[in-house]
Amino acid sequence: MTVIDEERVVVEVKGLTVERLHAWVRRGWVRPTLGEAGPVYCELDIARCELVRQLRDDMDLDRDTLSLVLSLTDQIYGLRRELRRTLRAIEQLPGEHRQLLADRLRAAENILDGDH
Amino acid sequence: MAKSLYEVLGVDAKASGKEIKSAYRKLAKKLHPDLNPGDKTLEERFKEISAAYSILGDTDKRGQYDRGEIDESGAEKPQYDSYRGFADRDEAHQYHSSTGYRDFEDLSDLFAEAMRQRARSEGGGEFTGDAGRNRGSGRAAFKMRGGDIGYHLAVDFLDAVKGATKRVTMPDGVTLDISIPPGIAEGQSLRLRGKGQPGFNGGPPGDAIVAIEIRPHRFFARDGRDILLELPITVYEAILGGKVGVPTVSGRVQVTVPKGSSSGRTLRLKGKGVPAKGGKPAGDQLIRLKIMMPDDIEPDLEELARKWRDGHGYDPRRELEQ
Repeated sequence: MTVIDEERVVVEVKGLTVERLHAWVRRGWVRPTLGEAGPVYCELDIARCELVRQLRDDMDLDRDTLSLVLSLTDQIYGLRRELRRTLRAIEQLPGEHRQLLADRLRAAENILDGDH
Repeated sequence: MAKSLYEVLGVDAKASGKEIKSAYRKLAKKLHPDLNPGDKTLEERFKEISAAYSILGDTDKRGQYDRGEIDESGAEKPQYDSYRGFADRDEAHQYHSSTGYRDFEDLSDLFAEAMRQRARSEGGGEFTGDAGRNRGSGRAAFKMRGGDIGYHLAVDFLDAVKGATKRVTMPDGVTLDISIPPGIAEGQSLRLRGKGQPGFNGGPPGDAIVAIEIRPHRFFARDGRDILLELPITVYEAILGGKVGVPTVSGRVQVTVPKGSSSGRTLRLKGKGVPAKGGKPAGDQLIRLKIMMPDDIEPDLEELARKWRDGHGYDPRRELEQ
């Protein structure tokens, strides 16, 4: 993993200053790793900073709303990860088990359809 | 001809700077690909509106565009990597939150186990420095739990049913007594805490995950918590009934074969299967009868059968009539 110091982060992300970055870290919007010589960042953190910048500057979200959006976003990505893991595990099951599962899912959908 | 940048943002060519900003803001909120990770088509549209805004949102560039000094192609498409691309990588779970599904633990054993593993592999990271306001995981500068190592262990049928202790030697030469719980099933795994790879920077070691394979038995088979046995009986035991000795996983018992039993009849020995454990009741032993002829059909048996046939014929195949 490429290790990036905060000066580089500030250069990479338009409209970011060191003070601003520190404020984002304090609010928990960005979470660097604590290295021996201070916080270090990776490409994921830079993309995260870019997202925060867009939410704050381009979309003009206030701080509380931004925290809420990030929290929901993190939940979505967490769910996406679980869903991916689950689907990957299902893919490894024998064909008849996958078929059984597909049938069950379809059956569950049919029950919902009956309510319409 | 390409859409004008004004059309991309859906504003009038005479729109004020404020109107343009507001139009962009509305579209960006709706189309942002990182906030709609499942929709791959949004990314291009979002780039398009961002590019349009990079010109129209800038008074000087907008003037150049209006005078025809630059055209749509002068709009720079943003080159940054989307957050989604990183966040969707499994190893990048630094920001992932389990809050959206933590309650699934009540719903399914599958999720409960997956979540315990998640908690171990993610919660394993622990800052060595001032961790007060930072929470994260999985990165080199702090304590990290070691990885799990997968092993394989073949267990005798009866040991899997009744439970046992197996002595094994790990790759580092250390011997371990593994306790096999009664009723373990093929494909289940045992976790040996701390027997995996060593941790990093003083973090705890991972676990050894031992997948269990059950060796088949000479005459017993298993269906969940029940033990299956095919029991050969003589012709006269089938006709007259009587007590016969039957092996079970817990020793020999006497079983009464009912008078007039056919092959395939199944007798149930309550509680003689996998022992009860942790709220699960004991399984049963299911005995399936199988009538065996004597090795030689002697003349008097043949004579008896012929005589009996002529006076008392019956049709066991009447169910098969079409």
